[in-house]
Amino acid sequence: MTITADYEAVEDQPVRPVDTDNTRVTEHGHARPAWLLMAPFLALYLLFIIGPSIYMVVMSFFDTSLTKPGLGGFAGFGNFGEALSSPDFWASMWHTIWFTILTTPPLVVLAFVFALLADRASRARWFFRLAFFLPYILPSAVMALIWIWLYTPQLGLLGKIVTSLGFAEPNWLGSPSLAMWSLAFATVWWTLGFNFVLYLAGLQDIPRDLYEASSMDGASPWQQIRRITIPMLSRTTSLVIVLQIIASLKIFDQPYIMTSGGPNYATRPALEYVYDMGFTDFRTGYAAAVSTLFFILVLAVSAVWVFLTRRQEQGL
Amino acid sequence: MTTLASDTRARPGARPQVTQASIDRRVRLFNGTCAGVLIAFALIWLVPIAWAVDTSLKPNAETTKTTWWIDHPTLDSYRTLFAQGDIWNWYASSFITSLATAAGTVLVASMAAYALSRMRFRYRWVVFWFILIGIMIPQQALIVPQFKEFSGLHLLNTYWAVVLPQIPAAIAVFIFKQFFDGLPRDLDEAARVDGAGFFRTYWRIILPLSRPVVSAVAIFTFVWSWNNLLWPLLVLSNPKLMTIPVGLATVQGSYGIRYADTMASAILGALPLVLIFLFFQRRIVEGIAGTGLKG
Repeated sequence: MTITADYEAVEDQPVRPVDTDNTRVTEHGHARPAWLLMAPFLALYLLFIIGPSIYMVVMSFFDTSLTKPGLGGFAGFGNFGEALSSPDFWASMWHTIWFTILTTPPLVVLAFVFALLADRASRARWFFRLAFFLPYILPSAVMALIWIWLYTPQLGLLGKIVTSLGFAEPNWLGSPSLAMWSLAFATVWWTLGFNFVLYLAGLQDIPRDLYEASSMDGASPWQQIRRITIPMLSRTTSLVIVLQIIASLKIFDQPYIMTSGGPNYATRPALEYVYDMGFTDFRTGYAAAVSTLFFILVLAVSAVWVFLTRRQEQGL
Repeated sequence: MTTLASDTRARPGARPQVTQASIDRRVRLFNGTCAGVLIAFALIWLVPIAWAVDTSLKPNAETTKTTWWIDHPTLDSYRTLFAQGDIWNWYASSFITSLATAAGTVLVASMAAYALSRMRFRYRWVVFWFILIGIMIPQQALIVPQFKEFSGLHLLNTYWAVVLPQIPAAIAVFIFKQFFDGLPRDLDEAARVDGAGFFRTYWRIILPLSRPVVSAVAIFTFVWSWNNLLWPLLVLSNPKLMTIPVGLATVQGSYGIRYADTMASAILGALPLVLIFLFFQRRIVEGIAGTGLKG
């Protein structure tokens, strides 16, 4: 579980770099209880998040194996060199990015359009929220089972719909060129609700008088959307886009269950490559090196996000 | 905004002499079209779930006919699953690990957040930034070292392996801290003047005041933990200990062509979460809107 927060969650006004007046920042008698209160969190955090992060980087320089204890022989940059020259590594990285490219635009645009339409509806909002958000609450395994069934050749509902329209039934999950599209399609259905809810909240923050004033001036609904709604939602949009990119990069569950990374590794993403190398081939050191590279990719996107939100917050 | 002003100024022609009635009619027509389009999409969105429910109520043999109509509706698939018993083990594992994760996260994160929000101590900003880094760390990338760690601790195939790494969620600390920062300080300062210690103030004053945020974090942590696949898949190989997602992903192939059974297992796997969602719909939606949490 990796979690990301809106800019509000990282709001920290009272915290200043410590070179300001130290006597104002600290108070006598606070230190001991403060560290005691933070101790359980910090202990678990060091042990299970920070520790493994460091361990991963260290391990990536060794020929560590899953079956043997200890780090194994020193490999230098050997693991990284092997990964960067491995076509399998690049293919899995590309699949991750390709999946992100396929899912991010529809998940942002459709969520925006649906939220816009729902915002205009005076009634039955609970129904839209239910319809779009319910899939998001399903475990990935449940969503995958449902879509495997929908995609089943000959028997699946989707094939039936396509053939009844007079087209030949595509091999949704079995064709290397189509499989990733099918996974992306199912994912759009699955996670759209989250972005939908974020946009709905953003829309409710736009003052109504803006619309009233502009319709007095004869602005059409379309003009209002272009000139009021989209600019006013720019902060929500940047949040939704970055969160979506981070979430899409972490794809693993859908290909693992629905295609096992196939056909012929055509849908194997970076995390599944790590999984295969580390837990099927037992090459822990090499898997750690690949994880490190993937880690850097996600960290870079997250850093952009933290930078963006903190800058917006400080109004710079 | 400025763009709006310039827009109306740039197009004087876009300001025709229209009566209020015609504007109203136009707006109503536009809103009606919007509602129609949206209802259509909402119904499409419900089709996969409806189809899964529909399939699960068919006898297995009947699933080869791709129709919504069920000739012989039956609960046999559900009966088979309950009789088989795996699902009960999965439920138990999922409930135990998700509840433990939610309770653990709420407790340790709110304590740390209270210290960061209310107490003045040296290196506070160091701790703050140190935890902030945690928001950016993708835990999925840590499976290799974490697995090695837990295998070294001999904790594989225990609930500890599932729960412990999920508890220190940096984001929860920031959500709590933000909420505590917004609480009036007079209350807990009064308690402190009356001689209550920091821990007592946290437990008796701050936590009871924080029910909305406590329940939001608890619900979210529970749902994420319930839905987590990759990590439990790695550390739980004992079928008795598998959580719902791991169980479903593992047996997925073994049902073969028994599509009704497969769909029934999917629906049973999702049921507790769907109930939670229906009960706490507003809180969940507001939680997302307020904090931008994403699993």
